[in-house]
Amino acid sequence: MGEQQNDDGIVLTEAQKRARRSRSLAIAFALAALVVLFYVMTLVKGPAILIRPI
Amino acid sequence: MSLVSAGADLRGPLASSRSAEPSLATVGDYIALMKPRVMSLVVFTALVGLAVAPGSLHPVTAFTALLCIAVGAGASGALNMWYDADIDAVMTRTARRPVPMGRIRPGEALAFGLTLGSFSVVVLGLLVNWVASTLLAFTIFFYVVIYTIWLKRSTPQNIVIGGGAGAFPPMIGWAAVTGSLSLEPVLLFLIIFFWTPPHFWALALYRTEDYARAGIPMLPVVSGDASTRRQILLYTLILVPLGIAPWMFGYTGALYGITAVLTGAIMLTLGWQVLRENRPAERASRNLFAFSILYLFLLFAVLLVERGWGGLITRLAA
Repeated sequence: MGEQQNDDGIVLTEAQKRARRSRSLAIAFALAALVVLFYVMTLVKGPAILIRPI
Repeated sequence: MSLVSAGADLRGPLASSRSAEPSLATVGDYIALMKPRVMSLVVFTALVGLAVAPGSLHPVTAFTALLCIAVGAGASGALNMWYDADIDAVMTRTARRPVPMGRIRPGEALAFGLTLGSFSVVVLGLLVNWVASTLLAFTIFFYVVIYTIWLKRSTPQNIVIGGGAGAFPPMIGWAAVTGSLSLEPVLLFLIIFFWTPPHFWALALYRTEDYARAGIPMLPVVSGDASTRRQILLYTLILVPLGIAPWMFGYTGALYGITAVLTGAIMLTLGWQVLRENRPAERASRNLFAFSILYLFLLFAVLLVERGWGGLITRLAA
């Protein structure tokens, strides 16, 4: 239901493709934001970022 | 079999044998999974704890702390929706959530929540400090395991004890700045802790049938209306002095004191009206529920204005 199954495997409907694309983009943005966050925090905290009191 | 598909099997009727069907879930569905309204309240109270704490934090570090706390709250919401999918499907208030609606499978909600929770705790520890991170981890554990899995379905005192999870954020914000705790953040914790029962029992009074249908032992379901109304007033009587306590201890100024006294008087009045309401709970309960949200918001907002960042806002306004 919701997709066609044939000898080539599962074929996504347009709605499923759109949903998957939006999720993939959201994950990509989140990962990019995480990279930027770590970079900026490293600049903020300086090179000894992990050498600090608990 | 992966954990994602295992979750769907564990939830039997809700899985609907759709384990092989590609998902139609959108980003909006995953955002809804995190309970954004709860997240916003968590972030606000954490912000206040962070702002009134002695010491300073770089703005980017502060942003990181709040982001981690928000994501941790979202993770808790997702895990709650994973576990409560069966009762959410039965209750009118929650039947349109992503998992009962079939847009997200329970196993996907589980994986999403675990991933977000783990990341938020680790990132908070690495980039801010491990005291705040430990508190966040405990908060997530408390809400998911202690409240959602254990207490919610087994005792009418579920939201009394479980409400502690919602009271931790100001302590986490404080710990993010200072790396420790003291009496003041504990006071903020206690305010939210004793605010939770009258807030949620007021809701439960006019949602009794919903909770009964789902088999949740909320106080009105187990002990009846009269007992619930008495306990609402009792907890309000404890809450109001706690709300005023920061002023009495000298942590805040007159503006907070006046706000706490006035809004506390309104809470007591509404609590009394709930007790005296002669017909099935409706108007008085709704009024108390609605005002309780404003009460908490006003207390914390005024605290932020008066004490946030060393009274910065007050100094700028002067």
